[in-house]
Amino acid sequence: MSKLIFERSVKNRRGITLPEFDCPEVILDHEYARSSSPRLAQVAEVDVVRHYMELSRYAFGVDNGFYPLGSCTMKYNPKLNETTAALEGFNSIHPTQDPSTVKGAMSLLSNLSTSLCEITGMDGFTLQPSAGAHGEFTGLLLIHAYHSDRKDLKRTKVIVPDSAHGTNPASANMAGYTIINVPSNELGGVDVEALKGVLSDEVAALMLTNPNTLGLFDPNIEEIAALVHKAGGLLYYDGANLNAIMGEVRPGDMGFDVVHLNLHKTFSTPHGGGGPGSGPVGVKKHLMPYLPKGTIIDEHFVENEKTIGRVRSYYGNFLVNVRAYTYILSLGSNGLKEASEMAVLNANYMMSQLKEAFTVAYPGPCMHEFVLSLQDLKDKTGISAKDICKGLLDYKVHPPTMYFPLIVHEALMIEPTETESKETMDEFIKILLELKDKAYSDPDYLKNAPYTTPIKRVDDVLAARHPILKAEM
Amino acid sequence: MKRLYANTHEWVIVEEGKDFVVGISDYAQIALGDIVFVNSPSLGDKVTQGESFGDVESVKAVSDLISPVSGKVVAVNDALLNAPELLNSDPLNTWIMKVSGSVNEAELLDEATYLALDKDH
Amino acid sequence: MASYLLNTKAQEAEMLKAIGIEKKDLFNSIPTKLKLKRSLDLPKGLSEMEVLAKLTSLANQNKVYSIILRGAGSEHHFIPSVVKQLSSREEFVSAYTPYQAEFSQGILQSIFEYQTDICELTGMDGSNASVYDGASAAAESIQMVLERNRKEILIADSVSPEVIETIMTYTTCSDATIKVLKTKGGILQEDVLKKNLNENTAALMIANPNYFGCLEKVDELSRLTHEAGAKLIVYSNPLTLAVLKSPRACGADIAVGEAQAFGLSMAFGGPYLGYMATTNELIRRLPGRIVGQTVDTEGKRSFVLTLQAREQHIRREKATSSLCSNQALCALTASVYVAAMGPVGLKEVAEHGLRRAHYFQKELEKIGFKLKNDTPFFNEFVTTSPLAAKAVERHLAQYNILSGLDIASHEILWCVTETTTKSQLDEVLGYLREVAR
Repeated sequence: MSKLIFERSVKNRRGITLPEFDCPEVILDHEYARSSSPRLAQVAEVDVVRHYMELSRYAFGVDNGFYPLGSCTMKYNPKLNETTAALEGFNSIHPTQDPSTVKGAMSLLSNLSTSLCEITGMDGFTLQPSAGAHGEFTGLLLIHAYHSDRKDLKRTKVIVPDSAHGTNPASANMAGYTIINVPSNELGGVDVEALKGVLSDEVAALMLTNPNTLGLFDPNIEEIAALVHKAGGLLYYDGANLNAIMGEVRPGDMGFDVVHLNLHKTFSTPHGGGGPGSGPVGVKKHLMPYLPKGTIIDEHFVENEKTIGRVRSYYGNFLVNVRAYTYILSLGSNGLKEASEMAVLNANYMMSQLKEAFTVAYPGPCMHEFVLSLQDLKDKTGISAKDICKGLLDYKVHPPTMYFPLIVHEALMIEPTETESKETMDEFIKILLELKDKAYSDPDYLKNAPYTTPIKRVDDVLAARHPILKAEM
Repeated sequence: MKRLYANTHEWVIVEEGKDFVVGISDYAQIALGDIVFVNSPSLGDKVTQGESFGDVESVKAVSDLISPVSGKVVAVNDALLNAPELLNSDPLNTWIMKVSGSVNEAELLDEATYLALDKDH
Repeated sequence: MASYLLNTKAQEAEMLKAIGIEKKDLFNSIPTKLKLKRSLDLPKGLSEMEVLAKLTSLANQNKVYSIILRGAGSEHHFIPSVVKQLSSREEFVSAYTPYQAEFSQGILQSIFEYQTDICELTGMDGSNASVYDGASAAAESIQMVLERNRKEILIADSVSPEVIETIMTYTTCSDATIKVLKTKGGILQEDVLKKNLNENTAALMIANPNYFGCLEKVDELSRLTHEAGAKLIVYSNPLTLAVLKSPRACGADIAVGEAQAFGLSMAFGGPYLGYMATTNELIRRLPGRIVGQTVDTEGKRSFVLTLQAREQHIRREKATSSLCSNQALCALTASVYVAAMGPVGLKEVAEHGLRRAHYFQKELEKIGFKLKNDTPFFNEFVTTSPLAAKAVERHLAQYNILSGLDIASHEILWCVTETTTKSQLDEVLGYLREVAR
């Protein structure tokens, strides 16, 4: 593997040079001043370039190859988005400039909000939250503010299905709620009878992902919404899977009161190796008075007396929002619908080609993703979902999401997205089938995979038992 | 001196006139896999029989530790801080905490009964 | 309309046939009643040329100033070409969170190096892989210091209002109570702190340099805080730490802050880069993603996401934070910036700001903009203004200069960085003389 940048360091070597000082020296009292330099790398510009070029060879993005990572919507990130996000007029503006001097930015953010309202069927959006989990936390604070404002103070619980992303219960906990877990039915949907059993005047909200984490649309959504509303609770929509339904059906029309979106999933902004993303939150009218400080609607900063406050500085990840707006303009109403249609078609195609060889968690038509269970394979060969994923690495494709949702054993969650071709999917299907054969013919081979990556499997037990979180100097 | 077990897989050594000594069973450490961290209670903490007094982490899971006794924590095994793997390698000789207080033995199992149960798992 | 779809009509037909379904039935699982029976009310898709023209026109409606004397949490710094070039490499930009370690060593190592940079600058033992921004970093740090019997957080009012507001929001529903302490002369005074520390105090949070640009007496505040059994959280712009004593050396238990100054443009407020670092004692309370060093099955040094049992995907409702991502690309950008600058370059950038801010302040003083706080400051400072601060802003705007931030009707918070030369400062002073008297 690569040297660390610190191992490339040579004393007194320099990279960027700066202009000479043109103002008199200021001596800080030793009470304030650092006594020795931080031990940062001392390298030349070319050292930096070669170092990061090397690291880039050990990274894998959707630009490198197929990335069917379920629930993450690793679609192609159009290059135009990068060009617009790099425009000087978006980069060199200070967040506290007078609104009259940033009309383009205000207008862009307003238009983006309006577009997201139309796509989701909501009445207002805040673009401040910076990721899905951040959006969830914001949405739950909005729900809390709504109930508190109505003096409905008994509502201390939030219902979360056991198939939900871990962020749902964690965000609800951060917002001070106790979590009631409800089991899923065999379709990964909400078990309506179980839901009836836990609904009460103590329930603040139900958090739901629809299509759910099995890639299925919950056919009972209307009844669920009616039940929750009748009990005085609100409906929270986790927008992780919005890519399946653009132009087909809208969370607002399903009865949801609050939604968060992941612009880095559905709206093609790049994931950046983990961020920055953007997790806007949309609400129906009755929750608008609580939107965060820093929310822009109709080219103005919203001034809400009852605001929940701000969830970060300024107005969110602006340049990420510029990219998402670029994407919406590019695709337009027809393009967004076609994207969802193709995402669903691609997923159903892959499922149809894999369902004989593997167990599909639910065999009927799926939405934009589906889940395989490799339990049977594991029972027969000892080869786990993880082993298959490590085997995939040698074929230079990114493995699917593994071991999620938790309700499926040895799960592999596959989401091809709309920006992949039949040839790419056929190739992946062929590889998976080959790996399955290998599991029977030579399980040891797979247990030791991968073979062609810069490193072999890592010792994550050692990493957690004896954490080394920075370079030894 | 005798070693009793909770059905949540913690053991406690009960000895007349001495503090209770608490750890986890061999079955528990096998089920957990490689233990990477023990969230032990602090000295002076109150623990209640049947309630959580901390948790143990493996790489991909976390499990509550349920106290088999009630009382005040009088000692915590600091060695676990740097060597949580002791719970894997020698669970019956690796204690997590010592407690001064009381125990409702009716809620616990004797060694033979617990180990018989263990076989059924 | 731009389209990023690949499958041809013929391929589509083949696929539908293989599935055994007609296209119109793909969405049959959605109840008909709920379906949207019209097109989305959005404009039709546009070609790349049209979109670019539209976005360029929006960008051009924003005023880009040639001289920027405003900071207050977002600073204008020079970004070397190498930083933009390397941080726009597609392998970094289009990658997901590095869950598959064997396939993601490049991303993991870049984060590990970022964590090391942050530890070197703050003096801390461990850093996380970054969070959304400085304000959310500060807010996330509150959960780290709460103890069963200590729930009160003291925050100096010299911490940025954006940061304090974010903390207030984050703790709305938690059992922490927040008490904001009034400062005098721009910094938190010892007697005020002493009066407010008690056995319920979990931590004191201060910023250094603080929102007013002033340097707090961190050593002394640290001593008092720790004597009371509480923890100290210090919020800093890490660029200043190339020159200033590190938070750890001043006694901080947790160092947080906004690292936008490291190669990220102001960009109307984001994306930015929140950092969080702490001592070994508190490392397992650190939220968010963390990269650790380990070995592979052949003993080769490797990097991996670690200490995951703290996190939401494992602890679910018992996790103290729902963080599920970091600002990886921003952290990488910051690391490239730090490497390209090196310790000497960073120090020079910081020192340019320090020297020029002091020069500018002395000259402003001569024309009636009086220094408000008689306390050492770094590259930001507050002056009174002989005319309304808004009037100063309007006046300088005519010359394409963004004035300092009006923090009161006749008070301005100025910020000077390496991007404004002495001769430009002289030019600004000339314009101010026109209206100051």
